[in-house]
Amino acid sequence: MIAETGLAALWLAAALALLQLVLAFAGLKGGKPDLLDAVRPAAVAQGVLTAIAFAALITLFMRSDMSVLLVVTNSHSMKPWLYKFAGTWGNHEGSMLLWVTVMGVAGAAVALFERALQRNAHMATLGGQAAISLGFYAFLLFSSNPFARIDPAPADGQGLNPLLQDPGLAFHPPTLYLGYVGLSVAFSFAIGALLTRQVDAAFARAMRPWVLGAWVLLTLGITAGSYWAYYELGWGGWWFWDPVENASLMPWLAATALLHSVTVLATRDALRAWTVMLAVVAFSMSMVGTFLVRSGILTSVHAFAVDPTRGSFILGLLALYIGGALALFGWRIGSVREGAPFELVSRETVLVVNNLLLTVILGLVLIGTLYPLMTEAFGHKVSVGAPYFDRIAGPIALALMVAMAAGPSLRWRKDQAKLVGRRLLIPLCIALLVSISLSLFAWGRIGILPFLGLVVAVAVGAASLAPLWKRKLLRTPLFTYGMVVAHLGCAVSLAGMACDSAFTVEKLVAARPGDTIKTAGWSIRFRQITPIAGDNWTALQADMDASRGGSSVLIRPQSRFFASPPTSTSEAALLTRWDGQLYVVLGEEVEGGRWQLRIWWKPFVTLIWLGGIMIALGGALALIGRERRGWLLKWRAREALA
Amino acid sequence: MKAKHQRLILALAALVALIGAGLLAASALKDEAAYFYAPNDVKTKGVEPGKAIRLGGMVVKGSLQRAADGVTIRFDVTDGKATVPATFSGIAPDLFKEGSGVVAEGAFDSKGLFVASNLLAKHDERYMPRELEGMNYNETTHEMKADK
Repeated sequence: MIAETGLAALWLAAALALLQLVLAFAGLKGGKPDLLDAVRPAAVAQGVLTAIAFAALITLFMRSDMSVLLVVTNSHSMKPWLYKFAGTWGNHEGSMLLWVTVMGVAGAAVALFERALQRNAHMATLGGQAAISLGFYAFLLFSSNPFARIDPAPADGQGLNPLLQDPGLAFHPPTLYLGYVGLSVAFSFAIGALLTRQVDAAFARAMRPWVLGAWVLLTLGITAGSYWAYYELGWGGWWFWDPVENASLMPWLAATALLHSVTVLATRDALRAWTVMLAVVAFSMSMVGTFLVRSGILTSVHAFAVDPTRGSFILGLLALYIGGALALFGWRIGSVREGAPFELVSRETVLVVNNLLLTVILGLVLIGTLYPLMTEAFGHKVSVGAPYFDRIAGPIALALMVAMAAGPSLRWRKDQAKLVGRRLLIPLCIALLVSISLSLFAWGRIGILPFLGLVVAVAVGAASLAPLWKRKLLRTPLFTYGMVVAHLGCAVSLAGMACDSAFTVEKLVAARPGDTIKTAGWSIRFRQITPIAGDNWTALQADMDASRGGSSVLIRPQSRFFASPPTSTSEAALLTRWDGQLYVVLGEEVEGGRWQLRIWWKPFVTLIWLGGIMIALGGALALIGRERRGWLLKWRAREALA
Repeated sequence: MKAKHQRLILALAALVALIGAGLLAASALKDEAAYFYAPNDVKTKGVEPGKAIRLGGMVVKGSLQRAADGVTIRFDVTDGKATVPATFSGIAPDLFKEGSGVVAEGAFDSKGLFVASNLLAKHDERYMPRELEGMNYNETTHEMKADK
């Protein structure tokens, strides 16, 4: 019954989305405002129904209901409850249901809480939202029904890919999806604004919290995904330029550009057309990402759900929405009035540069990701990997960081080059000092990119604190702090990346129990190998004492075996110290009772993810800062009434 | 500055950025895109030493050897038509074994030995590197077969 309830809820939600679409556009076009009254209730009901459908699927997974095909193929009754729960979205159908659920709930939130938009624009936005949802409902119901039954029901399920059985990964996809869907709301706002010809500062202010929220979640999702790949895959790297990773990076790049341009539009009423364009591009990128990951069209080390037949469905949706939005953009953008002008030396200009650089990186990543597909159409198999992406993204990212250091020091509208130079003098001196000392100590030992990376990181760190210089700290608005923290986070991340690529020490050995391995100031004594068992796995574990001068710490890398499906994973031992991380991987046994060991000392590598968290925190502070004023006003109004 | 001029300058800047990006991508792709070769492609087309490529095929049964250091392996990669010797230092993926598919990233040395810097084996029992789709290994005859 639960599966049928879920399916019925999904069909009803789809029907409501269709109704919502028709009502909104008939109401706007036909000049029948009465029809518009039903749009908001339809959106709210749709949100509730999708939530019911998703709750039904979670229940089926938690109960291990083996009469449901999806549960059979992706779960197992012996699995720990957390992974039964997370298994709900650790597969194609479940993740698409999560997608429409988040979209439905977000639509309901837009219907209920959006106050900044004018009524017509609001209704057009909800209509746009319904149009997007409708395609995804169709996708789910016609090609990937999560509630399909299997008869006869097997005794047990086939299990979940062990690589996905990790707390980090259990919550990583929902975070990313919330981000993607947040961008869909921004997309709908852009559609609504184009339809009602209201592309202005008010529209930007209404859109900004959604962009900020989506961006914070995307940042967190990417940071978590990077850390997961780092500790779970056992190869010691934190970014692989894998198509699946690029799929989340591309919307993030677009959202970062959008975040800055929407701020220009909201505060200075400039960059109108560009902002609308970016809103379209940002959500298009989340759909392209979904297409790449879900269609199985690209080679990937961690594309889990692959099914080429579904690719064509998503491709169709992609063409429809992106094509439709671009057509609407082309048709209406001519009628968008000119925004406010600005001088060449101004904060607006730097933000335009930021936007251009971000867009260029986005374009280059997109080309690199799709290039193998294009050449394959001509019969050549090619793979584009880290060397390409490092070479193109590295220099542009550094230029972007320089723009980021300068931006906050410039005034809006108009500034004087001489004054800007004076304001940037301190960070410039610091950069010079760092380059000199780095040249003295590490010249010839580190590459040019890590060298520049460290210099720029320190300079950006100093420059990003500049907006707080000589200000009353208690009276500085929260969103200024948000900007400072986020920019500082970028500097921290960059420093971590540069340190990791410049100073990492790697050692590969085959050692016997009793041996001591010395590397990078560490002394690691290999005590013994012990077999151990977990909930649904067995493992070989190496007990080792790691010490650096003083007392030693026990570390235990494992090699795990899962029976269902038969797979092994490697659990690296990570020892975190203030100045870096010791990373030990246990390989297999070789002749003479020796075990393969791979040991890395990675100085300051943790800064990469610390920076990611700071960036997200900065976004959250800005969001709270912008919204708090509204909440305060509302609260005061209520107090006054009482 | 007039608004119209400003829009023009912005459009020009965007255009320059776009063209620059295109040129950059083209040159980087030319240098850095690793071509995928099966052993027979290596035999027929030839690959110059030092050029980064991806070599894909099956690990020949009985060809896997371990060096004395315990971390270097030697193995042969075949696509049923030709066979290429390869070497790798490191911890091989769990599902790397004889008779199984592998994609090796690396380059040939001057003696025609493929030195792999990275091995991509099957991810789990169900996943197969996409480049190897349509290949399988016959357990009884120890021969590679290409489906169709």
